[in-house]
Amino acid sequence: MVPQTIAEVGGMGHSIKRKEDPRLIRGKGTYVDDIQLPGMVYMDIVRSPFAHAKIKSINSENALKVPGVLAVITGETLAQYNLHWMPTLMSDTQMVLPTEKVMYQAQEVAAVIASDRYAAADGVEAVEVEYDPLPVVVDPFKALQPDAPVLRTDKEGKKDNHIFHWEAGDNEGTNRAIDEADVVVKQDIYLPRIHVASIETCGCIADFDRVMGKLTVYMTTQAPHAVRTVFALVAGHVGLSEEKIRIISPDIGGGFGGKVPVYPGYVIAVAASVVLGKPIKWIEDRIENLQADSFARDYHITAELAAKKDGTMTGLRIKTLADHGYTDAAANPSKFPAGMFSICTGSYDFKHAFAEVDGVYTNKPPGGIAYRCSFRVTEAVHAIERMTDVLAHELKMDAADLRLKNFIPADKFPYKSALGWEYDSGNYHGALEKAMQKIGYAGLRKEQAEKRKAGELMGIGISSFTEIVGAGPSKHFDILGLKMFDSCEIRIHPTGKAIARFGTKSQGQGHETTYAQIIAEELGIPAAHIEIEEGDTDTAPYGLGTYASRSTPTAGAAGAMAARKIREKAKKIAAHLLEVAEGDLEWEPGKFSVKGAPQKAKTIQEIVFAAYTNHPPGMEPGLEAVSYYDPPNLTFPFGSYICVVDLDRGTGEVKIRRFVAVDDCGNIINPMIVDGQIHGGLTMGMAPALLEEISYDENGNVQGGSFMDYLLPTAVETPQWETDKTVTPSPHHPFGAKGVGESATVGAPPAIANAIVDALAHLEVRHIDIPITPEKVWKILKEKGVAL
Amino acid sequence: MAEHKIRVTVNGTAHEAEVESRLLLVHLIRDVLRFTGTHIGCDTTHCGACTVLLDGEPIKSCTVLAVQADGRQLMTVEGLEKDGQLHPIQEGFWEKHGLQCGYCTPGMMMTAYALLQQNGNPSEDEIRQAISGNLCRCTGYMNIVKSIRYAAEKLP
Repeated sequence: MVPQTIAEVGGMGHSIKRKEDPRLIRGKGTYVDDIQLPGMVYMDIVRSPFAHAKIKSINSENALKVPGVLAVITGETLAQYNLHWMPTLMSDTQMVLPTEKVMYQAQEVAAVIASDRYAAADGVEAVEVEYDPLPVVVDPFKALQPDAPVLRTDKEGKKDNHIFHWEAGDNEGTNRAIDEADVVVKQDIYLPRIHVASIETCGCIADFDRVMGKLTVYMTTQAPHAVRTVFALVAGHVGLSEEKIRIISPDIGGGFGGKVPVYPGYVIAVAASVVLGKPIKWIEDRIENLQADSFARDYHITAELAAKKDGTMTGLRIKTLADHGYTDAAANPSKFPAGMFSICTGSYDFKHAFAEVDGVYTNKPPGGIAYRCSFRVTEAVHAIERMTDVLAHELKMDAADLRLKNFIPADKFPYKSALGWEYDSGNYHGALEKAMQKIGYAGLRKEQAEKRKAGELMGIGISSFTEIVGAGPSKHFDILGLKMFDSCEIRIHPTGKAIARFGTKSQGQGHETTYAQIIAEELGIPAAHIEIEEGDTDTAPYGLGTYASRSTPTAGAAGAMAARKIREKAKKIAAHLLEVAEGDLEWEPGKFSVKGAPQKAKTIQEIVFAAYTNHPPGMEPGLEAVSYYDPPNLTFPFGSYICVVDLDRGTGEVKIRRFVAVDDCGNIINPMIVDGQIHGGLTMGMAPALLEEISYDENGNVQGGSFMDYLLPTAVETPQWETDKTVTPSPHHPFGAKGVGESATVGAPPAIANAIVDALAHLEVRHIDIPITPEKVWKILKEKGVAL
Repeated sequence: MAEHKIRVTVNGTAHEAEVESRLLLVHLIRDVLRFTGTHIGCDTTHCGACTVLLDGEPIKSCTVLAVQADGRQLMTVEGLEKDGQLHPIQEGFWEKHGLQCGYCTPGMMMTAYALLQQNGNPSEDEIRQAISGNLCRCTGYMNIVKSIRYAAEKLP
């Protein structure tokens, strides 16, 4: 897209440098742990060593003798105020602190408040807890067996560990399609538990002002407004009223979905601040972050894909068991317990599909949040993209040919999918063909054939994903009843500068830059002179926050709509100043001029000044606008990725030789930032494909609960990403954008997995579960007799 | 707990503090001396968000005791800018979009500073090896490598 504004204005399409960077490169950002308030004290948390145990007693006596320790808070303390349980976003219940039993290892058991961090940690060591271990349920399949212990004894009448059943699509039609198919492939696919592990952990400072009755909470949250309402709903009965709650989300050191939930630590800190009348700081350490905060994935999938002999896909059936831990604390829209998993028909034109998911309780931490992806989209995309390769293998067809044959054609958009979504726009052939050309696909296949003859293992993997982001239209999407619109308020100052506030909250995405560019595009005011603020619920308009790639589709759209309201009023003022009718004016970025007499014009700066100094009679002075944008549909970014790997027959190590990513996120606001989002997303896609997993032994002991074992990619494993794009605007979005922050995390894992399986395909390897570690590969090489 | 009077020079300015034996250097820097540009990401020496220079050597200040810095020179991210001029490493990160959330950035830049002191013209591989103890979750490292190359070319 050619930019419509000049570089000095910096509207859409300009790679302007980021406005947030001057403070961040100087170490002058303000993250939550950087804030020190007068009189502030610290909180640390006692955590359970057992995955399932009765609490016989908690003895705080010795802890209270530790110098500096001020208080020990237990479930009994909170129970006095009926705050020991809280609702989850999925309308389940979660313990803040337990009064009877613990349900997972590392669960919060008590909190110690002390004068400094070290004293609080000493206090934690001195709290004596007696446990009586109970039988542990780790395996979600065993959890559903009739003899499994019922975990949620707090729920009256609950007789099993089943949470929910969800389904979408046409069961009968799909069964028929599978029965009548020439070929059906079936595969179990497991997407293990992983953790977003943003480099900043979670934390807060809860500051209750007893005089004013006002609670201010500085916290690592991606959704400050929703948190304020949740606090008001949960603690309304103890007198916390919503106008007296202020949530401030300062600079956030990465979120990726992990900073959407309200964790018990936040609530305990708030309760402690109310009880003690002091500001309480709680900052979790990395081990707590990995072991207790919400996880992502943990989907046990069985997929069946039916096709004709020529490769035409005819039906898809997916059955999934979702391990939610001890409570359903997923962060999904209320009506979607399995998120957007029904995007699992992917980029292909299926007539029949059926998907079902059952949620199960186990003795593990709760969650089911995203890992830099829209709700459960990565799981869906991994399933369909892996199955497409399994089918190609079965039919001995090229994986690219099979995709090209089954793609939804560009002329069928808007496209109604078999599972009920209306895809807004797409050009799937264009993206894959571009990726194939860029990487030299035909040449790579020749090279692979030669390498195989020489005994070398090289693989080529494709992933042609379709995302579903930007939740969402309020008729379907809400969180605890709050509709998932988002918002922007713009105030234009007399000298032609502006401040705009949004209901979202950047965690590194660069909103201060891109939102300014959206308004610059609409009004012609330079982005450099537009201040963007987010994250303070006392000043910003209400919105549902930043996750699921929704900021550009919702709040970004609100920014454009608010700016257009301002432009409408500016037009009236311009007509008054130029003494013509509004209909005689035409707009170009930054000025209104008279049709046919372009020398008769008023710049936006002149018009703005007039709004405060010379406004038309009968019109309100000033120039500001608010927009609450309720999107008419979701957006559907897509792309095609091709990955080339070489496997080391001696060590099982996987080397990504090349990775080409062609993304289509519609119209682009800032190409530099979009590229950066894709680089980061690809790296967070590679991570679970090759490295990351949090698992549990049979006693529910967490494995991989620190950076010793939970391996984030370093600069050494991470390859040079090769990015490119096609541009297919969203027809329903005000400026044709779709969202991009998560596409690559969603698209990359199957491209890498498909490449590794492809390297071993001639040895009749059909599937490997991620993460595909050197150990897993080496075992296969050994089994197939090709290990060196 | 024993208290110690220590003296450390941070970015050229001398500071004195009374510290417990067990106080971590990162807490001295952040909570006592209030240079909050140095961050904490893991407590186990893996992530590198707390990287500072101790007598010119990059160290992870979450696993060094404050008392170990007694009488020594520290340099933190706040020391990069001189006389209102950004250091070329800072310029590079801004120009090449080498940061997103900014949390790993100070540690990453201090590691880069130490690298460029030793090797004024590092290759891409040398840069990747040098920053392999600094984790970034946002950028995918590519633009960080470019940012450091930018600085290498700009530095005399």
